[in-house]
Amino acid sequence: MYRIDFNKLRFLICDDNPHMRRILRTLLHSFGAREVYEAEDGATALEMYTHYVPDIVITDWSMPIFDGLELAQMIRQPESKGNPYAPIIMLTGHSEKRRVTVARDAGVTEFLAKPISAKGLYQRIMNVVANPRPFIKTKTYFGPDRRRNTTNTYIGPERRGSGEVEILQQPSLLEKARSSI
Amino acid sequence: MAKDKPGTIEVKSFRTHHVITQPNPLRKVLLRVPESDLDDPVGRAEKALAGLSGEFKEWMTIEADRLSAAHATVQREGFNDKTREELFRAAHDIKGDAATFGYPSAAAAAESLCRIIEHAPDLATVPQQLIAHHINAVQAIVRNRTKLDTAVVAGVLSKQLRGIADEFLTHANRDRPEHLEAILAPSIAPSE
Repeated sequence: MYRIDFNKLRFLICDDNPHMRRILRTLLHSFGAREVYEAEDGATALEMYTHYVPDIVITDWSMPIFDGLELAQMIRQPESKGNPYAPIIMLTGHSEKRRVTVARDAGVTEFLAKPISAKGLYQRIMNVVANPRPFIKTKTYFGPDRRRNTTNTYIGPERRGSGEVEILQQPSLLEKARSSI
Repeated sequence: MAKDKPGTIEVKSFRTHHVITQPNPLRKVLLRVPESDLDDPVGRAEKALAGLSGEFKEWMTIEADRLSAAHATVQREGFNDKTREELFRAAHDIKGDAATFGYPSAAAAAESLCRIIEHAPDLATVPQQLIAHHINAVQAIVRNRTKLDTAVVAGVLSKQLRGIADEFLTHANRDRPEHLEAILAPSIAPSE
C-alpha cells in the first residue's frame, strides 16, 4: 500500500472564487501539505508558477484575465523557462465531455468535475504522483500522453505516424528551469 | 520542492511526434506503508471540510446575491459581453460549489441557467421569465433551506426548471446540431 508524503509537495491552486480556494486549501492542508500557494486568476498563477516552481498545479477553468485553459497552454511550452512538465489538475464546474477533450488537448493531466470531494481530489493527486505519463510533442501538441488506453482495440483515426528515428538523450529541462530562476 | 535530483529526459523521436519520458520527479513522495497503516488522509480532509460547514450558509448567500446582482444588471443594461459573462460566471460558480455547501438543488438550477446562457442562439430572445425563475429558484432554495419540507420541493423545482430550459434549448437549437449534441450529452459530474 502506498501513501503520499504531502509534506514534501508544493501546490499552486488557482481559482477566482475565494470560497473554493478556501476549500481546496483546507483539503490540501488536511492531507498533510504545508506549501500551498494561491492565485485568483491565470496571470497571477503563471507568475507564481515561475516563481515558486510548484510540484502540482490545481486550476479552475473559468477565470478572469486568462483562464485555466490558457494557463495550462502557457505552462506547456516546451521552450519556456519554467518547468513545462508539472502535473496540472483541472478542477471545474464544466462537466461536459467535450470540455474534457478540450482540456486534455491543452495539456491538462487530470480533470476533476465539481462538486469537489476529498476522495476525488486525493485520487487525482495520487494518479499524477504514482502514474505519470510520458509527454508527447507534435507540431500542434505538447503535453501528457493522451492515450490512456493501452489495449489494441482503438479504431479511430490514427494521428501518429510510426517509423522510429532515433533516441536522443537531453539534459533535464527541470534542471534548465531551475538554473534560469 | 519534491524534485531534488532531476533525472535525464529520454526523447524517442518518430516521424510525426516525440515521446518524452523523464524519471518520475515525484516518486520520492510516494511512501510504501503496511496495510495496517491507520492514517486516513481522506477521512481527515472530510472532517476538516465538515468543520467549515458552519460557514457554508453565509458563503451560499453571498454567491446567490452575486447571481441576483448580475441578473439585475442584465435587466438594466440588457445582454452584452460583460453582463453575459458576469451572469454566467456567477451561475457557474454556484453550479460548481453549491453541492459542496449542501445545496445540490441550487447547483442544479444554476447548471440549467448556465446551459441557457451557453446554448441559446440569441439571449435577447430567451423569455425573461425563464431566466428570472432560475434566479428566484436559487434564492428561494438558499433562503429557505432550514425549513424541513424544502429539500423535496427544491429538488422538484430544479428538475422542472431544467425540463423547461431543455425544451426551450432543444427547440431553439433545432438547426444547430453541434449545440443539440452538447445539450443532450450526459454530464460527467458525479451524481448526488
